[in-house]
Amino acid sequence: MHPPFPTATPLLAICSSLVAVPLIALSGKKPNLREFWTLLAGAIKFCLVISMAGWILAGNTHTFELWQFLPGLSIKLTVDGFGMLFALVASSLWILTSVYSIGYMRGLNEHAQTRYFCFFALSLSATIGVAFSGNLLTLYLFYELLSLSTYPLVTHHQDTEARGGGRKYLAYLLSTSIGLALPAMLVTYSLAGTLDFNVLGIFPEATAKSTLLVLLVMFIYGFAKAGVMPFHSWLPGAMVAPTPVSALLHAVAVVKVGVFSIGRILTGIFGINLLAAQNLNTVVCVIAGFTVIVSSLIALSQDNLKRRLAFSTVGQLSYIILGIGLASILGVQGGMLHIAMHAFGKITLFFCAGAIFVATGKKYISEMVGIGRRMPYTMFAFFLGSLSVIGLPPAGGLISKFLMVRGALQADLWWVLVIYLVSSFLNAAYFLPIVYKAFFCSEEEALFEKKVDEAPMCCVLPLTITAGISIGLFFYPNLFYSLAQIAIAMP
Amino acid sequence: MIASEQAVALMVVLPLLSALVINMAGWFDRRLCFPIALFALLGSCCSAFITVSRVIKSGVIHYRLGGWAPPMGIEYVVDHLNALVLVIIFVVSLLALLFSYKSIQVELPEKILQFYTLYLLLVAGLAGMTITGDAFNLYVLMEISALTSYALIALGDKRALVASFNYIILGTIGASLYLLGVGHLYIMTGSLNMADLQTILPALLDARAIAVAFVLVMGGVWVKMAFFPMHGWLPNAYSYAPSSTSCLVAPLMTKVSVYIMIRMMFSVFNPNYIFVYLDWGRLVVPLATVAIIFGSISALAQKDLRKMLTYIIVAEVGYMVGGAWLANVTGLTGAIYHILADAMMTLCLFMVVGAIIYKLKDSSMDSMEFIFRRMPVTSVVFVIGAFAMIGIPPTCGFFSKWYLISGAIETSQWHYIFALLFSSLVNAFVFFRLFEIGFFGKKPADGHDHHAPEIAVSEAPVTMLVPMVLTALSLIAIGIYTNEIVTVLITKTLPVGL
Repeated sequence: MHPPFPTATPLLAICSSLVAVPLIALSGKKPNLREFWTLLAGAIKFCLVISMAGWILAGNTHTFELWQFLPGLSIKLTVDGFGMLFALVASSLWILTSVYSIGYMRGLNEHAQTRYFCFFALSLSATIGVAFSGNLLTLYLFYELLSLSTYPLVTHHQDTEARGGGRKYLAYLLSTSIGLALPAMLVTYSLAGTLDFNVLGIFPEATAKSTLLVLLVMFIYGFAKAGVMPFHSWLPGAMVAPTPVSALLHAVAVVKVGVFSIGRILTGIFGINLLAAQNLNTVVCVIAGFTVIVSSLIALSQDNLKRRLAFSTVGQLSYIILGIGLASILGVQGGMLHIAMHAFGKITLFFCAGAIFVATGKKYISEMVGIGRRMPYTMFAFFLGSLSVIGLPPAGGLISKFLMVRGALQADLWWVLVIYLVSSFLNAAYFLPIVYKAFFCSEEEALFEKKVDEAPMCCVLPLTITAGISIGLFFYPNLFYSLAQIAIAMP
Repeated sequence: MIASEQAVALMVVLPLLSALVINMAGWFDRRLCFPIALFALLGSCCSAFITVSRVIKSGVIHYRLGGWAPPMGIEYVVDHLNALVLVIIFVVSLLALLFSYKSIQVELPEKILQFYTLYLLLVAGLAGMTITGDAFNLYVLMEISALTSYALIALGDKRALVASFNYIILGTIGASLYLLGVGHLYIMTGSLNMADLQTILPALLDARAIAVAFVLVMGGVWVKMAFFPMHGWLPNAYSYAPSSTSCLVAPLMTKVSVYIMIRMMFSVFNPNYIFVYLDWGRLVVPLATVAIIFGSISALAQKDLRKMLTYIIVAEVGYMVGGAWLANVTGLTGAIYHILADAMMTLCLFMVVGAIIYKLKDSSMDSMEFIFRRMPVTSVVFVIGAFAMIGIPPTCGFFSKWYLISGAIETSQWHYIFALLFSSLVNAFVFFRLFEIGFFGKKPADGHDHHAPEIAVSEAPVTMLVPMVLTALSLIAIGIYTNEIVTVLITKTLPVGL
C-alpha cells in the first residue's frame, strides 16, 4: 500500500531546517526576518512529521533509501513508532524553544545570534535524522553530525569557561563514539552482515554470549550522549551554554538522541528476546541503575540550578535505559514513553531556570528563596514540571513510570523496583524544596519583593505551554502511548 | 577514436614536452609559464578521464610505445587500479597548479620559470611511474620525479636546502634498493616487463634471490613512501618547501609509492608468495601499527601546522601499508580507496595552510587565531578536511577506515584496529585544538565578555579558493560515491587468490 504522503517526506523533514541555515545566515542583518526563517522551518518540519503520524499510527512503517555507501549498507530513512515518537517530541519542542530563544537572546543582548540560530537549525536536522535512521550507520552519521553542530552552541560565550565546557563535551562524545561505538558497529556488521534495525534482533543464533556482552557494553558507553556513568560529566560541563541550548539540546535533543540510540540498539540490533533470553538485561539494568541512584544523590548537593537539573537529567536518562533494558514489553513501552514525558517536564524546568536568569540574574538555588512572590507563573510551571519528572499525579511522568514499574515485574527483576522507588524519593527531595522555598517562606527570609515582575513574554509563554502539555499528557497520553506500543509490536 | 587511443601516451607526453616549451617561452615572457602549464595539465586531465572511461568500458589497455613489442619495447598498461591513480595525479596537480598561481608570485617571484618547468616534469614522472608496465622504466621515471622534487623542495628557504639534501640521500638509497631488486629479478628471469615477470616468477618460488629481490624492492618503495622507520626525511622536506610545492608533493609522492608497492606485490609477485610462502603479513602489519601510532603522537607534539600535517602523512602511510598487507580483499580495498581519499584530504589541508601562509606569512598554530572570522571560506574548507582526517561520515576518511577496520576484523589484527582508532582520536584532538584557537583566540576572556575583537574578513584570492572549495566538495563526494568507486574501479583490480 502506498503511503498518503510523498515517499521523500522523511528526507524533507530532515532537510527543512538544513535549508533554513543559509537563509538564516544571509539575513543576519535583519533579526526579524532571520527569526522568521527559524520559525517557518520549525513549522514546516513539524507539519511534515505530523503528516506521517497517521500512517504510522495505523501500524505501518515507511522506508526511504537514499544511496548506497557499501554493499548491503545504505543511507536509509525509516519512520516507525519509536522514531515518530521521538521526532514528534523534538520537532514540536523546537518551535517552542525557538520562541523562547528569541526572547532569551534578545533579552540578554547576546553576541553572534546569527551563528547561534544557524547551528540550532543544523542540530535539529541531525536530531530528526537520528529519529528517522533506518540502520545503525545512518544513525551514527547523524549522531556525529549532532555532536559537531552543537559544539558552537555549547561554547557560544567564547570565554574560558565555555572553552573548558566545550573541550569536555567533545572529548567525551567523540572519544566514546569513535573509540567504542564505531568498532562495535563494525564488529556487529561483520557478524550479522547487516545493520538494519529489526525488532527480532540481527545477530545470528550462534553468536557467543561473551561477544554479545562486550558489544552491549561498548554500545551503551559508546553513545555517551545518554550520559551513563562514568561518561556523564560532559553534561553538567555543557551547562555553560545559553539556557535555551541547555533546554532543548541538553534536556531534549542531544541527551535523548543518546538514549534513543541505545534504545534502538537494544530493541533493533539485539532485540529484547535475545536480551531476556541471555540475561543481558540484567547487565543493562545494573549499569543504568547505578547511574540513576548516584546521579540523584549528586543532584541533591548542587546549588547551581542548572547543574542540579543537569544531574537530574543524567538520572532520568538512565531511567529510560533501565526501562528499555528490562527487555519486557511493558518496560520498553514505559521507557519510550518516558522519553516524551521527561522531555516536556524537563524542558519546562530549564525554561524556568532561564527565565529566572533573564529576569533576576540569579543562578543559585540558595538565592531563590521567595522567588515565587516575584515570578509566580514561572515557579508554578516549575512545580508542574517537577511533578512530571518525579512522577506524581497529575503529570505525564506518572504514566511512564508506572509502565516501567510494571515492566520490572514482568521481567521478574524485583530489585529494579527498589531503584525506581528510591530514585523517585530522591527526585522529590531535590525538586520540591525549591518550590516550597519559593512560595512558602517568612517575610524575613524572602529575598524578593512581593511584586510580580516576570521575564519577557517570549520566555514565559513557552514554559507555560510546556508545563500545560506535561499535565495534559497525564490525561491524554494516547498518541505517544500508541506509538510506543507500535514500536515494540512483534511481527 | 585514434585520439582517444593516444590519450594513454598523451597523458605523460603532454606535461613532459610542455616543460620544455615553458622553459623556452619563459625566457621571453614569464607570464606565459602559467597558461602553458595549465593547458598541458588540462589536456592530461581530460586524457586521464577518457582513459578511465575506456578502461571501465572495455577493460585493460595495453599501449606499446613506438610500436615495439614487449619484453623488448616499453609497454604502458592501464588497468582499473592505475587508471584511478592517474586521475588522482592529474586532478591533484591541476588543482595545485591553480592554487600555485598567486602563491608562487609571492613566495618565489624570481623562480616562476623554474618552478613550472619542474612542476610539469614531476607530474610527468609520477604519471609515467604509474602507467608503465615495465619495472625498469619505472625506475627511470622514479628518478625523474625524485630529482625534480628535490629541486622543487630546495626552492624554499634555507632550511629547505638542508631538508632537500637529506631527502636526496635517503631518496637515492631508496631508488638504489629498488634498482638492485629489479636487477635481481632481471638476472633470475631475463625480463623486465611486469606481466612477463608475473608469469615466470611462480616457477622460481624457492630461489633465495627472488626473496632478496622482493625485500629490496619493498625496502626501496618504503623509503620512498616514508614508511616508519624510514620516514625521517619527510617532515622537514615537506614543511620547509614552498607551499605550492608541498601542495603537489605531499598528496602525490607517498600515494604513488603506495601504488607501486601494491603493483609490485600483486602484479609482479603474487599473494600466494607473499602471504603464504613468505608469510610476512604478520611482520609488516605490526610495523604499520607502530607507524600509525608514532605518526599520530608526533603530530600531537608539533607547533607548526605543516609539520603537524607531515606527521599525519606518516601515520596515513601506515594505514595504507597495513591495509595492503592484511592479506584480504577488504583490507586491500581500503588501502586502494585510501590512496584516493588521502590524496584529496592532504591536498585540501595543505592548500588551507598555504592560503594561511599567503595571508599571514606564518604557519604556526597561532596563525589560526580567529580564522573563522578572518577567512570564513578557508576555514570551512579546513573543517571539512579535518573531518575527513578524523573520519567523520559522510566524508571519505570514514569509509577508508571502515574498510581497513573491517579487513582487520576479518583477520583479527586487533592491534591494527586499535592503531586506526587511536589515530582517529589523535586527529580529532589535534584538529579541535586548532578549531579552538580559531574560535576562541589564543587567550579567551574570562567571564562573559561578549565583545570578541572585531576582525575584518580577509580571504585568500579566488584562484586559491576555487581549488580549495572543489577539493573540499570532492571529499564529501568521494565519501558518498564510495560504493560506486569500489565496485566500478577497485574490485576489478583485486588480485586473484587473495
